[in-house]
Order: sequence, then C-alpha cells, then structure tokens
Amino acid sequence: MFAAAAAAILVALALAIIRAIKGPTVFDRVLAGNSVGTLAIMLLAVVGFLTERPEFLDIGLTYGLLNLIGTLSVLKFFRHGDLAYDADSESKS
Amino acid sequence: MLLTLLAVVTIAIVRQRSLFGVVILASIYSFLMASVLIVLDAVDVAMTEASVGAGVSTVLLLATLHLVKTTEMKRVRPHLLPLFVSLGTGAVLVWGTLVLPPFGTPDAAIHKHVAPRYIADTIKDTNVPNVVTSVLADYRGYDTLGETTVIFTAGIGVMLLLRKARRRGRRDDAETSR
Repeated sequence: MFAAAAAAILVALALAIIRAIKGPTVFDRVLAGNSVGTLAIMLLAVVGFLTERPEFLDIGLTYGLLNLIGTLSVLKFFRHGDLAYDADSESKS
Repeated sequence: MLLTLLAVVTIAIVRQRSLFGVVILASIYSFLMASVLIVLDAVDVAMTEASVGAGVSTVLLLATLHLVKTTEMKRVRPHLLPLFVSLGTGAVLVWGTLVLPPFGTPDAAIHKHVAPRYIADTIKDTNVPNVVTSVLADYRGYDTLGETTVIFTAGIGVMLLLRKARRRGRRDDAETSR
C-alpha cells in the first residue's frame, strides 16, 4: 500500500514539475514549487514507513517549515520587489 | 524516476530565459535532490540539502536578483568540444563504477577499514549513543574543528566586507541629501 502511495506521489511530482517548467505566469511556478516541496515531505514520510522507520516524520516537519520560508520569501519579493521591505521600522521597534 | 525528474529539471534550468523561473526551478531541484538522498538513506545530508538548497539559497538568489541588473546576452553558438569533454568524463566515471561493489553490501572495502571499530567501541570510548555523532564530534574532532574554523573565518570576512560597504553607502546618502 505504501509502495502504491509512493508511486502516486512520484506521478504528482512529475505533474507539478511539468507545470513549473511550462507555467506561463510566475504564480504558476511559485505554486508548483510549493507543491513540489509538499510532495517531497509526503515522499519522505512514505519512504519512512516503507523502511519501517516512522521517525522520519520529524524531519518532514522541518521540511515543512523550510518550504514555508522559501515560498514566503518568493512571494514577498514579488509583491514588494525587495526582500528587506520595511526592515528598518521592524529593526527599530 | 527521481533521477529522470532531476535531469528534466536541470535541462529546464539551462533553457529557462526568465531568471525568476530559474530560482524556482533551482528550489525544486534541491527538493528533488533531497528526496533522492532520503531514498539513498542519507537523511542528514538530505536535511542539509533541503535547508541550504531550498531554503537559504532561494532567498539569497532572490536578493541577488534584486540587487543586480539583468541584461540578456545574445544566444551563443553551441560549442561542441566542452560537450564531448564532459560526456567523455561521465563515461569514464560510469565505467569506473562498474568495478565497485554493489550498493550497500556489508563487505565492501570502505566498511572493513575503521567502521567496525567505531561501531564496537563508540559506547565504551565516547558514551554517545549515535555513532555518526561520535565519529564527527569525537573521532574526527580535529577535522570538525578545522571545518568550523574555516566557516567562522569566512563569516567574519563577509561581515567585514558588508559592514564597510554599508557605511560607505550611508555616507554617500548623506552627501547627496545635502
């Protein structure tokens, strides 16, 4: 059952990557990148259960946090054109 | 399958014309690479790849993209010699792997050298339950000390450079506003 899940995740990864390569707009690419990150987390969890080591789930949590940071920074860059937007007032307070 | 996806993403990165798309694809590449490393059972390396490759370097690439101007180069005529050189090197490397023992066999040469001693004596010598940690922090302590020294020096250098640049920038701002 876990093998079937892993195969399905691989197919989903392929689809997300096709979207990231073809994607006409930037938002398609950002969304595809985010979903690739999520699928990598799921693949990690499934591989953990396949090799009967469910403690891989902890590492999956860390991946989730990293994925959030990456997507947030990309979107912030796209919104403001600057990563350090409003950083001065934040550092003063 | 994962390696096929990796190759596809690499070709897409090279052919991509928009730099923003390249950043996103590089992040995707890092996540795929981390997945490959997990399948190869190197979870700690995969962890580093995901945090550095997908997290930090995405942010760094975006910041660089913001700081530098972009100009589009003319399409260069494809050179054939480098292609042949890299293909030849790859072929030689693949030929070299043919004589290696199969992946994960316990009686490969690398597992016969010091690994049994580490596994047998870790608890007695260092009292650390994790063998990898004991090897990194104890048996190869000087090696790790050197590595951290190198990284520390590099960090100090970058900080000094950035601080000087920022101070000069501020003075320029003050002069122009006057």
